[in-house]
Amino acid sequence: MTRFVLHRIGQSLLLLLLVSMIGFALLHLAPGGPLAQFALTPGMSQEAMQRIAHQMGLDQPLPAQYWQWLRRLLVGDWGRSYRDSQPVLWVIGSHLGATLELMASSTLLAMILGTGVGVLGAIRRYSLADYAAMVGAMVALSIPTFWFGLVMIYVFSVRLAWLPAGNIATAGDGSLLDYARHLIQPCVVLALVTVATWSRYMRASMLEVINQDYVRTARAKGLRQLQVLVHHSLRNALLPMITVAGVQLPILLSGALVTETVFTWPGMGRLFLDSLGYRDYPVVMGLLIFSAILVLAGNLIADLLYVVADPRIRLT
Amino acid sequence: MSGTVADIPAASFPPARSTRAATRFLRHRLAVAGVVVVVLLIAACAIGPMLSPYGPLTIDLRRRFQAPLAGPHWLGSDQLGRDLLVRLLMAGRISLTVGFVAMGISTAVGVLVGLLAGFYRGWIGTALMRLVDAVLCFPSIFLLLTLAALVSPSLATITLIIALTAWMEVARVVQGQVIALRERDFAVAAEAIGASDGYIMLRELLPNIMAPIIVAATLNVARAILAESYISYLGYGIQPPTASWGNMLNNAQEYLESAPWLALLPGAVITLAVTSFNFIGDGLRDALDPRGDRSA
Amino acid sequence: MPLSETGDLLRVEGLTVRFGAVPAIEDVSFALRPGETLAIVGESSSGKSVTALALMRLLDPRACSVSGRALLRGPDGRETDLLALPERAMADLRGRALGMIFQEPMTSLNPVHTVGRQISESLIRHERLSPRAAAARAVDLLAEVGIPEPARRASAFPHQLSGGMRQRATIAIALACRPRILIADEPTTALDVTIQAQILDLLHRLQQETGMAVVFITHNLGVVAEIADRVVVMYAGQVVEDAPVAALLEHPAMPYTAGLMRSVPRLDAALHTGRRLLAIPGNVPDPRQRPAGCTFHPRCGHARPDPCLRARPALEWAAPDHRVRCARWQEIAA
Ligand SMILES: Nc1ncnc2c1ncn2[C@@H]1O[C@H](COP(=O)(O)OP(=O)(O)O)[C@@H](O)[C@H]1O
Ligand SMILES: [Mg+2]
Repeated sequence: MTRFVLHRIGQSLLLLLLVSMIGFALLHLAPGGPLAQFALTPGMSQEAMQRIAHQMGLDQPLPAQYWQWLRRLLVGDWGRSYRDSQPVLWVIGSHLGATLELMASSTLLAMILGTGVGVLGAIRRYSLADYAAMVGAMVALSIPTFWFGLVMIYVFSVRLAWLPAGNIATAGDGSLLDYARHLIQPCVVLALVTVATWSRYMRASMLEVINQDYVRTARAKGLRQLQVLVHHSLRNALLPMITVAGVQLPILLSGALVTETVFTWPGMGRLFLDSLGYRDYPVVMGLLIFSAILVLAGNLIADLLYVVADPRIRLT
Repeated sequence: MSGTVADIPAASFPPARSTRAATRFLRHRLAVAGVVVVVLLIAACAIGPMLSPYGPLTIDLRRRFQAPLAGPHWLGSDQLGRDLLVRLLMAGRISLTVGFVAMGISTAVGVLVGLLAGFYRGWIGTALMRLVDAVLCFPSIFLLLTLAALVSPSLATITLIIALTAWMEVARVVQGQVIALRERDFAVAAEAIGASDGYIMLRELLPNIMAPIIVAATLNVARAILAESYISYLGYGIQPPTASWGNMLNNAQEYLESAPWLALLPGAVITLAVTSFNFIGDGLRDALDPRGDRSA
Repeated sequence: MPLSETGDLLRVEGLTVRFGAVPAIEDVSFALRPGETLAIVGESSSGKSVTALALMRLLDPRACSVSGRALLRGPDGRETDLLALPERAMADLRGRALGMIFQEPMTSLNPVHTVGRQISESLIRHERLSPRAAAARAVDLLAEVGIPEPARRASAFPHQLSGGMRQRATIAIALACRPRILIADEPTTALDVTIQAQILDLLHRLQQETGMAVVFITHNLGVVAEIADRVVVMYAGQVVEDAPVAALLEHPAMPYTAGLMRSVPRLDAALHTGRRLLAIPGNVPDPRQRPAGCTFHPRCGHARPDPCLRARPALEWAAPDHRVRCARWQEIAA
């Protein structure tokens, strides 16, 4: 097991290096490259530009530049935002909470719903409900997230006027209820794709498990159906889902970006689009690399959790 | 159990194989429905605008915000009095073109990378597959938007960007298949008689892995249409006045109260198109790989 | 009703299982007395496992239809038809009155739970023991089935045990609540020969100690001689012979039984006389296309167009305690 863990961590570090290289390449592709921020400053002379370029090491060969940039990246010096000169990491950090809240709540919702639908589909395989769930999941995977958001707003905010159409809270309210009312729609919208994927994988995983010999052994013991289902089928079927949860992360982050835009939710996604609008490249690049690191870390954590959860791996 | 026919090894009746795949596909009713919808959509987008008295850019300020079925514009009109139906069809031309061309490019890139990575299994293969892993770490919308912000948006650049963020899955599938195939004899036999690497890859390996490539390519059309709609909706894709299904929704949120059809209709069309391609891909998977389970 | 009814612990009558329209087993009947070992013997896919699973009601009711009766005599002398019980009542009997062990020790234990926990579950469910008491009992049970260091093994996961150890653990699970009947479906087939002998000894010892009756399913008549009191031979989903073990082994009335006996690997015989194993030629017919007449006739050296091809022979009484399904058993015996 130790070997697996070390191997997996080494692999992640290698990927991190590759991710940083891609980020660096994109940074140099940006109009004006890393200097663009100063080009926008009025009254900057050509000479001054060259001096800054020298200070930043831009006249050095690319590998040396990359090395410098990587070192700054690793020590947390990600540059400053053009807009308000705040450190990029600080800007990202101040928007991270809202995004994580949204992602966590919608993932929770999606896992509960998706597990239920997947398990039902597996134990009532090819029933009308199973068929409907599979078609429903396919349609859910095909709906553009932002459009689903618009439909929700149209129904629940415009027509029924039950829920607020955007923002994280009503200014000056501060009650938990107000917060919850704001969370419902973005949470459901972001959960749509995850529910669909989760239920499809859950159904497949469950189908693998319910015909296993050990489930028959559990039934031969006289355990109640629910006990067999929970302890001897679901428990086993959920194991591979840990990996699925990790793999879902990039899709979840993409979905969060769109959802935050539709519901003016003050998270990383909104920040990304705003920064894009201001051509605030340090923040854009920072967010791009930050999101990739989140995905990397998420996958690593999922794999390590799997090791802990599965005795077959843990104890070898 | 329709076991008796399927149990016969496929190799013993090569001519019958495609017919049987077709039968299985036709049994997949939703996939067939998907084909019908796609064909109708393409036909409508190609021919429809020519039959309409309105042009996609014909502005008629006297008939702004006409609701669907409530006047001369069948599906209503937008904030400038433009005919929504014609705009939907014109947008379909753009969105479907982006979808198909991006699919073509991404599949080609993915197949190339996958073939090379599967064939040269040493450090070349490892490096290529690690690259695939690294690109997959970036959430696709973040990558798409960053790239879109770096180039000047045009039909060509947007298509290219979408393709460049969608080749990785194909590469993975192809690499896996090539490695599995190389364990078997054909490639080895061809190598033994001294065929060139390129010949083995294109003539021996590629034809034998067409089935999963076709499935992945079909699903890539769906994904590309979705990607176009996302970045155009967010304002970094196809630029107005050229209509695309995504950018028609660009301002629709503002009019959600006064003219909800402006938001509802284009999204419904996107969903219809994407669902159809997804069902076709699903049906193809069942048809071309009878062992695979329907789900996931 | 020709079967002896007095004192039978379990009486199976006309048990038929169909998967769709295809009958996997047809009109199976036999009786089990308290404390006795009944062997069910037959080649692979002759219907032994389906019979056992039908008795335990472990077949998927949506995939097949089960008919017939399986009368279990309770401690109070009353008979209950297992096949007619509601699922909840049947679940109460499973693991308590009826234990079952399966062929594949490698896959029949849940890989994510400890062995101890898998034994305790049964005790908690049926004997209402506290988890702590059940865990202690589980360790005792592991000791009883001959697992060394039982306390340590109770907290082990299945993959940490050898095949033989796992099969001992499944036996401990099946016997946790002291069932009156143990159904063992080829419990030694997947094991090494030396381990096989140990498991057989263990089952024998446990049977002596607890007085349970055992239905022992095997495709190996050689094992039968060692353990069985009575033998039911199955072929193509039907009982073709049913007799006390001595009578059956000395005077098999059905040519199929005789064929099985010739195909038993006999270490001594092979060593001393160099005699080759004589497997019965051909295969068990597919249940979807069983031959007309006697289902065994295509493989039978004694088959004659008349009567073997004309009609399915009935199960006849060859002796007061001996049934056989062969139209020509008298001629062949003579
Ligand atoms: N779930 C099932 N669906 C269809 N047929 C089955 C199923 N289980 C068993 N059978 C059929 O029933 C027959 C008896 O099988 P089985 O009882 O497993 O044989 P044995 O245990 O004697 O080897 C076989 O022909 C098998 O194909
Ligand atoms: Mg069996």
